[in-house]
Amino acid sequence: MTAISLSAIEKNFGATRVLDGIDLDVSDGEFLTLVGPSGCGKSTLLRILAGLEAPSSGRVSIGGREVTEVRPADRNLAMVFQSYALYPHLTVAQNMMTPLKLRDLTFAQRLPFLGPLAAREAHGSILEQVRDTARILKIDHLLDRKPGQLSGGQRQRAALGRAMVRKPAAFLMDEPLSNLDAALRIHMRSELAELHRSLKTTFVYVTHDQAEALTMSDRMAVMMDGRILQLGAPDEIYSNPQDIRVAEFIGAPKINLLPGSLDKAGHARCGDMELARVAEDGIVGCVTIGLRPEHLAVCDKGAPGSLTGRVVHKENLGADIYLHVSVLEGAHRLVVRVSPVEGSAISLGQTCHFRRLHGQAMVFGKDGKRLGLAQPSTEVAEVA
Amino acid sequence: MSDTTLPHSPAVSMPGIRFSSAETLKHAVLILGSLIVLLPFYVMVSYSFKSPAEIMQNTGGFFGAQELFRDDYCVKLGRDLADCMVTPVIYNYTTAFGKAPLLRYLFNGIVVTVSIFVIQVLVALPCAYALAKLRFWGREAVFGLVLFCLLIPVHAIALPLYIMLAKLGLTNSYAALVIPWTISVFGIFLMRQFFMTVPDDLIDAARMDGMSEFSIIWNVMLPTAIPALMAFAIFSVVAHWNDYFWPRIVITGDRSLFTPPLGLREFKGDADGDNFGPMMATATIIVAPLIVAFLIAQRRFIEGITLSGMK
Repeated sequence: MTAISLSAIEKNFGATRVLDGIDLDVSDGEFLTLVGPSGCGKSTLLRILAGLEAPSSGRVSIGGREVTEVRPADRNLAMVFQSYALYPHLTVAQNMMTPLKLRDLTFAQRLPFLGPLAAREAHGSILEQVRDTARILKIDHLLDRKPGQLSGGQRQRAALGRAMVRKPAAFLMDEPLSNLDAALRIHMRSELAELHRSLKTTFVYVTHDQAEALTMSDRMAVMMDGRILQLGAPDEIYSNPQDIRVAEFIGAPKINLLPGSLDKAGHARCGDMELARVAEDGIVGCVTIGLRPEHLAVCDKGAPGSLTGRVVHKENLGADIYLHVSVLEGAHRLVVRVSPVEGSAISLGQTCHFRRLHGQAMVFGKDGKRLGLAQPSTEVAEVA
Repeated sequence: MSDTTLPHSPAVSMPGIRFSSAETLKHAVLILGSLIVLLPFYVMVSYSFKSPAEIMQNTGGFFGAQELFRDDYCVKLGRDLADCMVTPVIYNYTTAFGKAPLLRYLFNGIVVTVSIFVIQVLVALPCAYALAKLRFWGREAVFGLVLFCLLIPVHAIALPLYIMLAKLGLTNSYAALVIPWTISVFGIFLMRQFFMTVPDDLIDAARMDGMSEFSIIWNVMLPTAIPALMAFAIFSVVAHWNDYFWPRIVITGDRSLFTPPLGLREFKGDADGDNFGPMMATATIIVAPLIVAFLIAQRRFIEGITLSGMK
């Protein structure tokens, strides 16, 4: 069942086109991430979905109901903001009660003093729901505090709580982790993913952090310049990017890109290096060859097809070491992933030899689109 | 000033006491300035303690000798001379309350300043919210008009305002004292500047929670804007509590509508000379609430000035 469906969404701010014909279907219970660099329109798309922004054209439907003209509050969505957006003058409990009060109580029942007296039962049930949610999020001891007295992580939970109490059709999250410190962010990643599994509700999550997108989502949509470049499972996006911009954006450290050319036989080559697989379309001309750092490995000098370069920088991440190697007389820099054991032997300024793992290189055409490669039909002696 | 300090001595940032000619000069100028500002207050409070003779001869120091003196008005009424001997300070303050209905004037002052402030807030908050947070055609133009209105001095439009109120038959009423001030462009400007600093996310969160725009103004923006509102309250209350000009114009006959500053005129004697002692006592009573309020809210007041970047 489709929980959320966006069709042909366009948005212009003055003469600037921010969103350019977005079609997106989110299925029920899915964790979908919109990821892209800042200014790509991902937050605008989320705000259009929330109803906080009206699309210039296109339609939004939630649970099969057309909601393009419906007020944000009536879409039954909950949103978690980057700045948490808790009401600073209310306690955590009051913050969490607000959406329930506004939804479940009449105007008279919301009146201060009189309301709680007249509708004791309704107020009691709201308080009970707030307590239950707070227990799930482990913030039940903070209910009487004001947001100003909470740490970043606690505020984050309070904001999540305010979103959760109303049991919405979907959660919308706009970079909810980017104000947290690095350690907490990584911790909250797994916690959010667990929360999603236990709530079984649709999550639409916006982030510029490709690591968050890769770790948490069922599917991710990579957005750039107001378009969705590629939509798919994180695994698929990482290992099989269909666009050079996707390949560059997803993956840290970045993918190594080398300029090359396609010869008549369909072999992509860069300098002495030639790929065994051939391009299917018979295009000839300039291409870009992409190699992820883990698709390169150090080897002995003189090994067949090895590349030689000078180590100019060494990044030690503990579990992995990334060597920045200057190749082709300094014309290019490649990043090579090595294990700590291999890496410890290599020092800065040293010449090192490495080879690529076969069958992993990606070739992108002049327009940035991925070119399909296939094993050559006639066996050709591999040169590189 | 002194050659013991080097010209580039970084005295400001250094802990401990260290002589700095620049700092000394700064403080000397500030002390001189504060003396000039405080002198009238000193005279006012001092005169409110003294007898007429001491005031005229400028004797008696700050408190005066507090010797009994003869109340001529009492004598004129034909009372016994012994009963008409009074202590200056008691005489001054009792006359302040007795000769004119000062309590009534203070009450009027409270009614007028509070109503002005409340209505100003009722108008300014929605205006400021719209100008700061809602996108609509012509918003910048409207804000330009607000800024333009800040430039118009009250006195320039006093006459047309008076004529309008007179035509409506509203002179000599609370309405005449309140209505012209209910739309405060300064308030709109100040609150708009403050609302600009409130994150949009907060408003969006309120919208997602199901609040209407008016509900956002009163339930979200108002509580977050308390510091700015306090600052504005001080500006507004001080200005209208102390206002002499406007009440003088629209309250022509009815003395029961006098505001405290108008009450001071009661002591501007026509035939029997100026009665400085009670007059200064009245002035002291009138400014006392403001000074107390200022001392309580001093920090907010300074916050408010820095907030508006004005004055």
